[in-house]
Amino acid sequence: MKKQVNFILNGKSVSAEVAPHETLLDLLRNDFGLGGAKETCGLGLCGVCTIIVSGVPVSGCLHFASSIDGEEILTIEGMETEEGLHPVQEAFLNNKAFQCGYCTPGMILMAKKLLEENANPSVEEIKDYMAGNICRCASYGQIIEAINEASKLLQQEKAGLNA
Amino acid sequence: MALGQSISRVESKSKVTGQTDYVMNMTVPGMLHVKILRSTVPHGIIKSIDKSDAEEIPGVVKVVTGEDLKDFDINYYYGPAFRDQPVLAMDKVRYVGDPVAAVIAESVEIAAEAVNYIDVEYEEMEPVFDVLDSMKEDAPIVHDKVRPAGSFADLKSLLPQSGSNVCLHYKLRHGDIDKGFEEADHIFEDTFTTPAAVHLPMEQHVAIAQIDSEERMNLWTANQSPSFVRSEVAHVLKYPENKVRVKVPYLGGGFGTKLYVKIEALTAVLALIVKQPVKLALTMEEVFLTLTKHATVFTMKTGVTNDGKIVARKCNVVWDTGSYADIGPRITQKSGFTAAGPYDIPNVHIDSYCVYTNNAPAGAFRGFGVPQLVWAYESQMDIIASKMGWDPLEFRKAQVLTEGKEHATGQIIHSVGLDKVLDKLDTSLEWKDYHTNRTNGSVTQEGRKIRAKGMAIGLKAVLTPSISGAIVTMFADGSVSVYSSTVDMGQGSDTILGQIAAEELGLPREKVRVVHPDTDVTPYDTITAASRSTFYMGNAIQKAAEDVKNQLFEFASEHFQVNSDALTLQDEQVYVIDDPAKSITIKDIIKGIYKMPAGSIIGKYVFESHYESPDPETGQSKDIAIFWFPGGTGVEIEVDIDTGKIDIVNMVSVGDVGKAINPFNVHQQLYGAAVMQIGQALFEECKYDHGQMINSSMSDYKVPSFKDLPDHSDTIIVEEPHPEGPFGAKGVGETASFGVQPAIANALYNALGVRIKDMPFTPERVLRAIKESEKEQESSLVGSTVEIKGEK
Ligand code: FES
Ligand code: FES
Repeated sequence: MKKQVNFILNGKSVSAEVAPHETLLDLLRNDFGLGGAKETCGLGLCGVCTIIVSGVPVSGCLHFASSIDGEEILTIEGMETEEGLHPVQEAFLNNKAFQCGYCTPGMILMAKKLLEENANPSVEEIKDYMAGNICRCASYGQIIEAINEASKLLQQEKAGLNA
Repeated sequence: MALGQSISRVESKSKVTGQTDYVMNMTVPGMLHVKILRSTVPHGIIKSIDKSDAEEIPGVVKVVTGEDLKDFDINYYYGPAFRDQPVLAMDKVRYVGDPVAAVIAESVEIAAEAVNYIDVEYEEMEPVFDVLDSMKEDAPIVHDKVRPAGSFADLKSLLPQSGSNVCLHYKLRHGDIDKGFEEADHIFEDTFTTPAAVHLPMEQHVAIAQIDSEERMNLWTANQSPSFVRSEVAHVLKYPENKVRVKVPYLGGGFGTKLYVKIEALTAVLALIVKQPVKLALTMEEVFLTLTKHATVFTMKTGVTNDGKIVARKCNVVWDTGSYADIGPRITQKSGFTAAGPYDIPNVHIDSYCVYTNNAPAGAFRGFGVPQLVWAYESQMDIIASKMGWDPLEFRKAQVLTEGKEHATGQIIHSVGLDKVLDKLDTSLEWKDYHTNRTNGSVTQEGRKIRAKGMAIGLKAVLTPSISGAIVTMFADGSVSVYSSTVDMGQGSDTILGQIAAEELGLPREKVRVVHPDTDVTPYDTITAASRSTFYMGNAIQKAAEDVKNQLFEFASEHFQVNSDALTLQDEQVYVIDDPAKSITIKDIIKGIYKMPAGSIIGKYVFESHYESPDPETGQSKDIAIFWFPGGTGVEIEVDIDTGKIDIVNMVSVGDVGKAINPFNVHQQLYGAAVMQIGQALFEECKYDHGQMINSSMSDYKVPSFKDLPDHSDTIIVEEPHPEGPFGAKGVGETASFGVQPAIANALYNALGVRIKDMPFTPERVLRAIKESEKEQESSLVGSTVEIKGEK
């Protein structure tokens, strides 16, 4: 039995027919052609499938598509706006915080959420928060540097807006 | 200038926006999906397969078994060393996980569901799991007969085998081992083991096969060796090579598991059978079962003199290659010949055995067997030094191979900066000071935590012989495309290889594009592995670019009426060196050549290594490797004596790369390889229960996360240029993988006085070692079997 869900995807209203067992990750990949999030562990343990649902990062591989009715979905593809890359993307780019890049979309979305909760995290706080995102190429050192830079960029942006 | 600059990866923007092309994201119109049924028994005969229920499920197109393949005129077996691996199990299964049947269906879900409806009846045979048992005469035989593949020149000495599980016995005999042990004042003997481990790139193995209107087989695959896939799939399908096209976009990591043929032969055969495109994407659980790192048992016997020289070393290395040899025989030989370590030892005797068992197949894993060896020889260096009361650094320095010395293979060593690597470890660890004060202050204890340092060095020979071909095309507007079959799996080869072409042609990096592997257009390349691409492919590209340059000079020399050697190429113009006012732009040259603003200049080069096959009885060769590359690791660890947990406080990785073409990428490769090894040192291990891998998922098998990083880490580049390398460059992808494990084990010994000889160093194992050493101290036994001559 398929069910219709209406939701906002990267700022646009969309709808889809989803099967009860279908995951959000499969829905976005198969029906909407969004390839940034991918399935690696399939167990909610690696962060490669990270998607933001109404402000909360979830493992797309475990999240039922049928539950997203009325939610706002953000994927890596929705991060770049007309003004350009999101500051977290900018910081990952500047710090070359990837090798194969497979984990990068999940890392960026998770880092975005971290910086919303904690604008100026310490290295230990970064490691704790990001512990569920695995990078097999081990670009970890550069990712930490990227998050530090993103924290500065976001704070500058905020200061600019307030001024 | 493109060289020596830390240019960002050319595909960087696509990586932060999630737009990078991976096979996992690709689809082809009309594509079907495949799921595999795998063997549940480790060793057995397939009595019957009932697939009727599965084929009745709506959406299932076909279920294919080994028996079905017999209706097709194809070769059933493939493999890089021996053709021992069937496309699907033919009559017999050899490990839990062996592919037995494939379901082709309209969706992944339907295919996965249908797999559960296939009934297989096995007649179980006695399996063998322990690699030492498997070498015994009465062991169950995994392969009744195996035939060498004959695909690679360095493996041409392989012989057909039957009646034994030992598929390769490599021997090295250097000097006179008996005499060497006679000269020794002390003899040490230790056995070190490593378990199987897995690569787990974040992108699983995935391939799409499609037969086109010209009846050609097209494959898109996440694979590190497109040229090999073409020739091996052509062999399986009995096609000429030009009827198979293999394309590879970016890879989500490789680390060795995506080398040679993995799922490509099966995917191609299924497309042939159903005459429709098919996609096979493994799950992570299947990745565990597809390829592992060789588990090893290494017994090392070393004779030293009282004045600190190693005079004899005997190595017995046994590699568990699992149920299919994959590239195990090459590892057994090529890493085998480095088993005595990077030292100048007059008498060396090595036996290295590649042995089948009923475990999952083992093959290349970043480091290609060298980390398993370094683990043993560098642990023993410290065992000896400690027993003899020597400084382990000085003990290493006293015999390390330096310029002009002879390696145990008989090759004279050039351009290996091992002495410099040791110096860097010395200064970065503040070793002298640390070692001098180790009993009075430098090994520190805070509460129940003890801190200490350790180090290790290793040396690897690059894959030799091998071949890289490249084409460099300059278009009429002066932009350039480089055609190369090197696969960018994250190491940044697209960027670095483009830098080499740009440097040679005096172009800004942005003017050069590197075309992704497509065997219809990119020339043959042996593999993307073994830290070989910068050297081999870099050479091919540099010389192909030089070919383009020479053609530009040919026109310019006529134009200016000067000799070619009076010309130089810079900033997209050819200048007369002594009269720089005389210059002509690249565009004008091309216009001049073709009399119109069109056309292209094509340069090409095939780089082949020189090589002398080792003598089959002695392993001796004057020219066994075109270059050697050393690396070293220093660590400071903190071990909790109540829990046995080890934390890495500081880690230094030193690599001699010849010349860093892109220093940032080099640092990243060193750091990444070292962190990967931390997992293997401290917790990674494939666990088996009667042949079944019981931790084959990312919930039970952990890889390093942010929480496992050293508090501080440093990567240090040493540049000892190689005369044949492009701009002096060697390789780097594996360099920092060599020494991590023994460095940690040595630090652990320095902290607690316990010596662990089995990896990984889990808290349980460390605690047990502490308990045992307490017991031993009571009865005053020592860890290593030491024979003190004259006191017998
Ligand atoms: S794939 Fe969803 S967390 Fe790993
Ligand atoms: S960059 Fe390859 S997994 Fe993170």
